Amino acid sequence: MELVCPAGNLPSLKVAVDHGADAVYMGFRDDTNARHFAGLNFNDKRARDGIRYAQERGTRVFLAINTYPQPAGWPRWEEAVDKAANLGIDALICADIGVMQYACDHAPQLNLHLSVQGSATSAEAVSFYHDHFGIKRAVLPRVLSLKQLRRVVSASPVPIEVFGFGSLCVMVEGRCLLSSYVTGQSPNTYGACSPASAVRWDKTPRGLESRLNEVLIDRYADGENAGYPTLCKGRFHVHGKTGYAIEEPVSLNTMELLPELLAMGVAAIKIEGRQRSPVYVEQVATVWRAAIDACQKNPSGFHPDPAWQQVLQSVSEGAQTTFGAYHRPWQ
Amino acid sequence: MNESIISRLSLGPVQYHWTREQLLDFYTSISDTQVDIVYLGETVCSKRRMLKLDDWLGIARELSEAGKEVILSTLALIEAESEILSMKRICENGQFRVEANDMASVHMLEKIGAPFVGGPTLNLYNQKSIEVLAKSGMYRWVMPVELSRKTFMDIRNELPGGLETEVFAYGRLPLAFSARCFTARAHDLPKDDCQLRCIDDPDGLLMKTREDEEFLVLNGIQTQSAHTFNLIAAEPPGQAKIDVLRISPQSRDNLDIIHHFDAWRNGCAADTDVARMMEEMMPTGVCNGYWLGEPGMNRGSVEVPLPG
Repeated sequence: MELVCPAGNLPSLKVAVDHGADAVYMGFRDDTNARHFAGLNFNDKRARDGIRYAQERGTRVFLAINTYPQPAGWPRWEEAVDKAANLGIDALICADIGVMQYACDHAPQLNLHLSVQGSATSAEAVSFYHDHFGIKRAVLPRVLSLKQLRRVVSASPVPIEVFGFGSLCVMVEGRCLLSSYVTGQSPNTYGACSPASAVRWDKTPRGLESRLNEVLIDRYADGENAGYPTLCKGRFHVHGKTGYAIEEPVSLNTMELLPELLAMGVAAIKIEGRQRSPVYVEQVATVWRAAIDACQKNPSGFHPDPAWQQVLQSVSEGAQTTFGAYHRPWQ
Repeated sequence: MNESIISRLSLGPVQYHWTREQLLDFYTSISDTQVDIVYLGETVCSKRRMLKLDDWLGIARELSEAGKEVILSTLALIEAESEILSMKRICENGQFRVEANDMASVHMLEKIGAPFVGGPTLNLYNQKSIEVLAKSGMYRWVMPVELSRKTFMDIRNELPGGLETEVFAYGRLPLAFSARCFTARAHDLPKDDCQLRCIDDPDGLLMKTREDEEFLVLNGIQTQSAHTFNLIAAEPPGQAKIDVLRISPQSRDNLDIIHHFDAWRNGCAADTDVARMMEEMMPTGVCNGYWLGEPGMNRGSVEVPLPG
């Protein structure tokens, strides 16, 4: 089972490589990838340096071109695929079938992985991408229970990668337009959710308020921990009650489920967080490397070390973790 | 002067959980309307089983006899094996065409060799991706709801010949799908024991901000805009040359809405009175931002566009 770690920039890439990642994933500095944040990602030179650093140490490099181009921006996506082909990356992570077709036609040597943004939740959907583009792997949205995942893994024509840890999208990836509804920019169109440029914080007599393009996402009393105003994680009124109507600020942590994921044949565990710091990447990579090694050595006797869980807890959103959809009542 | 076309009107799948009686009455009332195309079936949650596939096929035959093109729509989010099996039965129905709302159904329809409509959740954002599916048998493309008029025009100008276009023209916008059920959550119920409480909300369950702003609507595992998109208030008739205009059913006033769209497609630009009248039919206000290339929640121009 492979460990796939986020590389938002060169320092993060290096610590991921140095702390046990089997592969790292990265993106270019524009809207062709789903972590299009200011100051993040790689220009050509940095990409070349990063790829060399990783590959010389036996770590593979995946590049995400996983947003959905519109006609006006299409040349940028073509250029990104061309650049990726020249850089000698180990796989391209794509969502848009037009981009995949372009990659097949112009850079057939590239290995294609289906991005989580492709919203494939069944072996039948994965088969579509396999038949058309010969994908080598699919990353699944964080929506399936263990039983459902087991069926997909066993029936899928290609190896399956799943998210193991990090910030949690409660919506099906690639199927959420809430961010563009409020700000005009969504993960699909722009590679960002609840973009920082639309965020405003106000100290008011009612408390600290967070807004996204003027819409009140949350309000914090004194002493409450304020989180980033991702719009699905705010507090709203439904039926006269106020609360987290969609989702609490919480991170996914599947470490306890590792033996089951291993037994069903999951090929790789992905760590979310290209937007996080190198310190985060170092801590999370170290802990997951140790966990995967321990689990592979002795699956039946595997128990997550409490110290590992403490590290993960400390870097989680709202300092809370969940099994997400793997836990039946959640789904 | 631009050549204009007269669009066909479609009725999208009912996105809410309605009673069996509501659904049957609704489709009976549709037979003698100006709607040309009707999409049938459950696209949001497989637990909603007021009508079985045989019931849907019965409705389909009646509407078909009344001269409508009938399409069976598939589930947007597939998780359980049972959902794959029901989707397969829809794809293999042998009588009616299918709207694929997920790549799993595309895969099946392609294998069968059945022509299909590419639904709004297939994420076809450019003509290159549309071309891929046109080769797989897609004969009509439904635009994702977050795209603008400009993107529609850019794509339409480059489309393979014969491929039809369809735009979500009226209704609360379907914005997100999740594994979780937010209606059950609002009632403090686990999804496993949701008691199908969404039956209480024939237009979805309103979610407001803490400033009482009407923001979103919870519809089981789906999240919608609280406000209603209305192309009539954002576009002069005929000019964008959209082949099919989709009206998404709501709990009331459907026949009036169809009537307004019929007048509009025939070149009768909506005046301010019509726009105001239609706004009174919406559960909350109007939101036309997406078509204008703005945040989707924006109201859009208050001016009613005239034919140019």
